[in-house]
Amino acid sequence: MDKTTSLEEIITLLVEKYEGRLERVEDSLDAAIRVKDQLFFQVAKELKEEHGLDFLTDLTALDLGEGKFRGIYHLMSWKPYRLLRIEVDASGEEPWLPSITELWPAANVQEREVFDMFGIIYDGHPNLTRILLSEDFEGHPLRKSYVTKSRRK
Amino acid sequence: MSIAEDKILRTEELTLNMGPQHPSTHGVYRAILVLDGEYVQNMENVIGYLHRGMEKLAEARTYPQFLPYTDRLDYAAAMLNELGYVQTVEKLMGVELPERAEFIRIIMAELQRIASHLVMIGSFALDLGGFTPWMYCFRDREKILDLFEMVAGARMTPAYMRVGGVMDDLNPEFIPELKKFIDSMPASFEEYDNIVTGNEIFIARTKGVGILTAEKALAYGVTGPNLRAAGIGYDLRKVAPYSIYEKFDFDVPVFYNGDSFDRFVIRIEEMKQSLRILEQAIANLPDGPIQAKIPRVIRPPEGEVYHQIEGSKGLLGYYIASDGSNKPSRIHIHGPSFVNLGALPEMCTGLMVQDVVTTIASIDFILGEVDR
Repeated sequence: MDKTTSLEEIITLLVEKYEGRLERVEDSLDAAIRVKDQLFFQVAKELKEEHGLDFLTDLTALDLGEGKFRGIYHLMSWKPYRLLRIEVDASGEEPWLPSITELWPAANVQEREVFDMFGIIYDGHPNLTRILLSEDFEGHPLRKSYVTKSRRK
Repeated sequence: MSIAEDKILRTEELTLNMGPQHPSTHGVYRAILVLDGEYVQNMENVIGYLHRGMEKLAEARTYPQFLPYTDRLDYAAAMLNELGYVQTVEKLMGVELPERAEFIRIIMAELQRIASHLVMIGSFALDLGGFTPWMYCFRDREKILDLFEMVAGARMTPAYMRVGGVMDDLNPEFIPELKKFIDSMPASFEEYDNIVTGNEIFIARTKGVGILTAEKALAYGVTGPNLRAAGIGYDLRKVAPYSIYEKFDFDVPVFYNGDSFDRFVIRIEEMKQSLRILEQAIANLPDGPIQAKIPRVIRPPEGEVYHQIEGSKGLLGYYIASDGSNKPSRIHIHGPSFVNLGALPEMCTGLMVQDVVTTIASIDFILGEVDR
């Protein structure tokens, strides 16, 4: 990897390479790209192996409402310090995303957490079970459709 | 066939349950160990006993209302959790802080780092059978908690920081007390070294035990002192200074063996560096306001932000998605303990049962942050 290539240049390079399937997220506070789910694993691998963003610092998800979910990934390079957010829209009746545990073992527990909280299936995960909630828990609490009982009215 | 006739002794694997109520699991954490004799063949983490649904709760709270909840994440490092949270909200709103507020925050953050490391080294020694070091460490930690009580009114859960500044200015007695604390620490470090670091039993039980190599640490996303004990000197305060850390002169201690002993010693070294930062912060503490001008009702503009700080256990990250209202649409907390714990089964495989206890203590996780 060329250490002088800036994050902006990496993004421009990727946007040109995967025209139409990968876009820059405009007006974002952090540098961010949005990728189609079929392409995501390949892009993550490329960022790790060719562009030096080899540290998975965070993995989570968002509920966009109406049964739509988005995987949120933060990749990082320590030296020089760079932080890139990757947004991947999960598709399908049962939302699914490709697992990146193969690339980063760090993703193992974090993908399990998102599965637990959002019910997103990670394709290729070695052991996709609930992690924080008990096995007999019903529902996925961080979905917007999951309404908690409140004592404050 | 009688026992006497059975010449070959039959052996089998034993599954051993450790925790959730086990003195050396530091809270309600459970490990399932598959043993061959005394050696661990396989290990599985079972967590979630302390899950309170923080991220879901946040969706029904306003931004300032969520602040006290962050105290209960890593309850041994409340100030650091607050710092990460308020900075994330400020980044989203684009708030500039008065300098005095930044300095006060750094003082609190570094004091909290020392307090958190003291819990670690005290409980580490306790897990290995030494009760006295625990008392020494908690004696010193108590002084820090007294300082927190002085400014915030609470010891463990201060809720001291605010979006745009801090709750209250320092008491007149605070700085003299802080100086007294700083002056008392070098003698304490000598005591820790004499009572723990130089102890033959301690060395025998920790040297070369539970090794985490640099490659494994990075692959598992391990950060903080655990990463730096594996030979990789990445500290966010140096690599990408947030707040006013670029103004301070301090070193990042690095150790190269990645074993339990190094993970212990690095924390003592980090405390010494934190003291250096504290000394500089006192010397340069400016006068002025402690709160920036922010709207009465906090409504960050629509958008998403990720911000991370160097917590006492590693990178503490907050991801906030705002829909423009006074309540966050989503807050995700990236707790370093949660990720660090993910590397534990691999570290423990092949060790003896007694070394599992050492390794658990050495990676220093807090269940409040693991389960959230």
